[in-house]
Formats: sequence, structure tokens, C-alpha cells
Amino acid sequence: MPLTISILTGSNVSIYQQIVDQVCAAIVAGRIAPDEPLPSVRSLAEELLINPNTVGKAYGELVREGVLESRPGRGMFISKRRQIYTRAERARRIDQAVTSLVSQAFMLGFTAEEIVEEVAKKTTELASNGGGS
Amino acid sequence: MTETVIETRGLTRYFGNRKAVDGMTLVVPRGSVFAFLGRNGSGKTTTIRMLLGLLEPTRGSASVLGVDSQRLSPEMRARIGYMSESHTLYNWLTVRQCGEYQSRFYPRWNEKIFQAVVGHFQLDPRTKAGSLSRGERAGLSLAITLAPEPELLILDDPALGLDPVARRSLLESMIYVTRGADRTIFFSSHLLEDVERVADHLAILDRSVLRACCPMESFRAHVQQFLLRYAGNTVPPAQLPSIRGLLHARRSMGELRLTIAGANSDTHQLLRTLAPTSIEEAPARFEEALVGYLGNRGERGFFLEDTTLLETAGARS
Repeated sequence: MPLTISILTGSNVSIYQQIVDQVCAAIVAGRIAPDEPLPSVRSLAEELLINPNTVGKAYGELVREGVLESRPGRGMFISKRRQIYTRAERARRIDQAVTSLVSQAFMLGFTAEEIVEEVAKKTTELASNGGGS
Repeated sequence: MTETVIETRGLTRYFGNRKAVDGMTLVVPRGSVFAFLGRNGSGKTTTIRMLLGLLEPTRGSASVLGVDSQRLSPEMRARIGYMSESHTLYNWLTVRQCGEYQSRFYPRWNEKIFQAVVGHFQLDPRTKAGSLSRGERAGLSLAITLAPEPELLILDDPALGLDPVARRSLLESMIYVTRGADRTIFFSSHLLEDVERVADHLAILDRSVLRACCPMESFRAHVQQFLLRYAGNTVPPAQLPSIRGLLHARRSMGELRLTIAGANSDTHQLLRTLAPTSIEEAPARFEEALVGYLGNRGERGFFLEDTTLLETAGARS
């Protein structure tokens, strides 16, 4: 199965956010490609044993972010990659992500060189999976 | 058709001198899966009994499906499915006979649903109700409650005493009910995992007082966890200033963890005066947030007595 979503209760990440994160992660890792369909709200809710409104909201958010597109009568599909954020918003988001990454890595006792090396390794790994472009 | 299926205004009930429910103003929107949470003895069952018109309020009012709870006609009652904690069944009837008997009271009885739920809980239709296990009784009770396809389902602690398999069947049945977009489920439960899965709204009752009534997402967004770190072995300050919305505080070597509802920029400013080396903010886990609200652990003095979520305030005004 190309896209497996599994949720965890009792986490500080809400179920809604877990779905959003996992769909994004699957796309980045190339496990699901543009134009591929997603399970319907109802079937995903019944499979994961969660409220369908939660799935609906996660899909809604992904549509607003330009990750998914809804094709009337046919369901949800992964959209072709395009830039939907303003430059400022992109800058803000990457800054947030990098801050969290670097502070965690420092807490774990990695040096600046080691962090750069790890990032480079991951970039290569994800790009070779068809995620980077 | 009203958009609100349950509405209470200042609902209050005394038993002798004891206040069981205190001035509750609650709004349950149509189509929601609404979790009614609180510790044992906090007034949940008393509230449910008043909603159903089984118990008279001392003060205030409750209406269900737009009708005052004290004046529910048999036709209105047929549109409400109620499952009590105790699963009252006629023990001398078989599973099949229980269904046949109940079906006579409901013009809209859907035998397919009855059979499906009975099958789901793996009940043998020939078994006498009296010899069913706790989980099986819940299954039969649920089948009887769901078969008339009620508009509003009120479940009083339906998961109580269920084994994991029966619990799963219960969740599946609840999700099945949401296929009808206008169906509302109002349920009480202590199983937070289940609540997190199926509920989209919640209300929290704490010692007879309603402390929150809002969408699940707003509740989770409102309750944050702050981790204040202190260098090395520095012990965090023993005396905390009064922090609005503080639900819980835990102090350990080099860190102070605070669970705070409705934090804003003032909160951040106040936390900085505690002089930590860093402040990390993360959403609280559902359980932490709820336990914080119910005020059952930690340093009691820190609990905020009158926490009101924005939504609750909105409904009260």
C-alpha cells in the first residue's frame, strides 16, 4: 500500500494534525505521487476508527495548502507540486523548522559540523526517493 | 429543524443540601459527536436524567430536540435513543425476543440495524439476556437503542466494563451512526482514547460545575504545556506568581512544567519573569489537559477555579 496512515491517541499531536503530517510525509518520501487518489473520508475514518469530521478537516486543510485537490464526483487526489506560499511565509516556515531542528540537535550534543552533515545526508536520501525537486 | 439538539439554561439540581448540578448552560449542536466528561459523581448521570425528563430540575431548564425536557411526548421520546449505564434488559427473554419486544414500541424500527449490531458483538440470537456477559449486554442494549434510528443518541458511559473487542465494536457502531449527517451522539465516558478518536465536541463537568463546552480542537488549542528549563541543578522558584489559566504545575530538578489554559502574550511575559534559561511551548496531551481541568493531581492551590473557554463564555452571555 503506497499510503498508510496510522494514528496514535494520547499524543500531544492531535489526530487531525497527524493525518496532515503523514500525508505530507508520504508525498515528500515519494510514496504517493501527484494524481494518485486518497481514500474517501468515510473509508479512512472507518479504517482508523475515528470521527469522519476529523478526516474531513485534515483533507480540507491539505486542500487549502495546495497538497490535495478535490475532483468533484471522484474524490481527493494529490495535486501537482506548486508553490502556494508567499516568499515571507516560506521564509517564516523554514526558519521555524530549522530553529527547532538545530536546537534539538544541540541539546543532543551534536556539533555544528555534524548537524550540517546530517542535513546534507537526509537531503540526498529524500531527493533520491523522488521527493526533492 | 433546529441546529441545536440539546440546550440547558442554568440547569440546577439539588439532592437535599447537596448540589449535584450547578447552573449548567450547555449547547449541543446537531450532527456532533459530543463527549460529556467529568469524574464519577460530578453530575453527569443526573444531567442526563434531567435531559430525558426522568428527573425534575430544581432550577433552570433543559430542552431536547427543541422541546422542554419536562414535556417530551412519546413521539419525541421515540426520536431519542438512550442507553443507561446499567443496560436494563428482560433477562428471561432471548436476544431475538428482546428485539421483537422492543420493535413494537417504535414505528421506525430497522431490523437490519438490530441484526447488524447483534452480529457485530457476536451474540447468538438464542441466548437468554440473563446469561450474557457485561460486554454482550452492552451490545444487545446498543442494538436495541440503534435500531429505531434515533436522531439523538444519549449514551451514559457505554464503554463501562467492556473488553477491548466489545469496545472496538462500540466505537465502530458509533462511527457507523455518523453516516447520517444529522445524527447527534451525546455520550459520557472515562476512556479518553475513545473520546479522542470519536468526539468532535466536549463538555467538562467538574464537581457539578460546567468548566468547558466547545469543539475538541478549540479545547486542545486552548491548553498548552510550557517547559521552563533552568541551568544545571538550579531549582525553579518555589513560589509562582498568580498565572491566569494555570491548571497544573510540576517542578523537578532544572525544570518547571506548567499546563496553562488560554495562554497569551501576557502569560509569556509573566513566564519570562521566572528567569528560566529557555521556554518551550507545546500543545498538551488530551489527558494532561483534561486532568488539569478536573484538578485531581499536583498542587491544588494552583488550580484556577473559574476557567471559562471563550466558547463557554459566548454561550453564557
